[in-house]
Amino acid sequence: MTKIGVLGLQGAVREHIRSIEASGAKGLVIKKKEQLDDIDGLILPGGESTTMRRLIDKYDFFDALINFGKKGKPIFGTCAGLILLADGIVGQDHAHLGLMDMKVARNAFGRQKESFEASLDVKGIAENFEAVFIRAPYVVEVGETVEVLAKVNDAIVAAKQGHYLCSSFHPELTNDHRLTKFFVKMVEESKNELAS
Amino acid sequence: MSNLGTDRVKRGMAEMQKGGVIMDVVNAEQAKIAEDAGAVAVMALERVPSDIRAAGGVARMADPTIIEEVMNAVSIPVMAKARIGHIVEARVLEAMGVDYLDESEVLTPADEVYHLNKRDYTVPFVCGCRDLGEAARRIGEGASMLRTKGEPGTGNIVEAVRHMREVQAQVRTLIGMSEDEIMTYAKNLGAPFEVLLDIKKHGRLPVVNFAAGGVATPADAALMMQLGADGVFVGSGIFKSDNPASFAKAVVEATTHYQDYELIARVSKGIGTAMKGIEISTIAPEQRMQDRGW
Repeated sequence: MTKIGVLGLQGAVREHIRSIEASGAKGLVIKKKEQLDDIDGLILPGGESTTMRRLIDKYDFFDALINFGKKGKPIFGTCAGLILLADGIVGQDHAHLGLMDMKVARNAFGRQKESFEASLDVKGIAENFEAVFIRAPYVVEVGETVEVLAKVNDAIVAAKQGHYLCSSFHPELTNDHRLTKFFVKMVEESKNELAS
Repeated sequence: MSNLGTDRVKRGMAEMQKGGVIMDVVNAEQAKIAEDAGAVAVMALERVPSDIRAAGGVARMADPTIIEEVMNAVSIPVMAKARIGHIVEARVLEAMGVDYLDESEVLTPADEVYHLNKRDYTVPFVCGCRDLGEAARRIGEGASMLRTKGEPGTGNIVEAVRHMREVQAQVRTLIGMSEDEIMTYAKNLGAPFEVLLDIKKHGRLPVVNFAAGGVATPADAALMMQLGADGVFVGSGIFKSDNPASFAKAVVEATTHYQDYELIARVSKGIGTAMKGIEISTIAPEQRMQDRGW
């Protein structure tokens, strides 16, 4: 069975595990970097990106996560996870993992009272997707090889670059598993390719 | 089409805080220390609970200047406390853009009969509870997050443990019940029937439940996680310790890895003395904060 990990340092870990299992794969909570060897794909969950980055450094996850991506294994970042994947952050000198060619703005829609739900079309994946945005970031610039999957007004809120997928919103907080299913399919395909 | 302040948006915000530590701070400098240590949010206050306890008098919502200063200093969410039942304090904090409100027994209640109708607000609320009845009443009023009350400002974990065990045990009892027993359980607990039915159906509380009120050391934080807390509030414990910066970091790590005892031993070394703490039986009944609210 395809095994997908959820980085379990902080944030909405349990919901992603539930969504992965509802999408037909095995979900594992990843707390130590050695566990990355056992999984075929990884989700970087929502939470507080500054907190997660500090814990990533503390437990020496930083290079291990980059290597995981460079090996061709798929990574899906939601909300804080999207910020971790970007190679540029508005107003900050340093990005985090820098695996996706895009620049993001943190808390871009405002504070909690501006947090919202909206119905979105995610290109080629889902129509009328119920998207929950919580103090969400959005993508302000993308490189040529990044495919934009969804927008709210003019802000990019979902994108894909090769085996990397990201969303500003939280697919794990609803019972609509179409986006997670799409990621599970990405992981299954990459698993077959990497095996051959 | 977009919707603000839905249950999913309000409860979801608390889900993002899980496994984290929320720290009480009284100024921008402390807020920075908390953020650097890896806190998932800060609670902006005029005084930490142990100082409120020492000062006596009426404790109110913090001066908006302090809250604004903290909001400008950090990028993590900022929470603030309103008095129980104080509609206007809550509205003022909401208007300021505070990310989460705590309708808190740490402050002197404004209303001894009614809690806020939290469904009316766009901003989400966290509320204290000592048992499932209290938890369910707050959920019924629209709280999007819970915290067990403990006894704030004491540095003594015993009440936090009592309340967390009580809530967890009652949730387990409820889940084990057949549906025809739930109305009587609701009557006995003074809990809304529909909330209990929902807990029974999903096998857990519908909102995140943190621990609060007495966490003074990394081991205390890990203990609360082990008893089933989704995360930890630390009030006086951090900035009343000898070395707040290292203490804050140690509490965050112990919360993340609450079952890694070697790690907790390592992070607990050389971080200085914890806050002194108060034995609960020496607190006069009228000074007990946990008995405020119902």
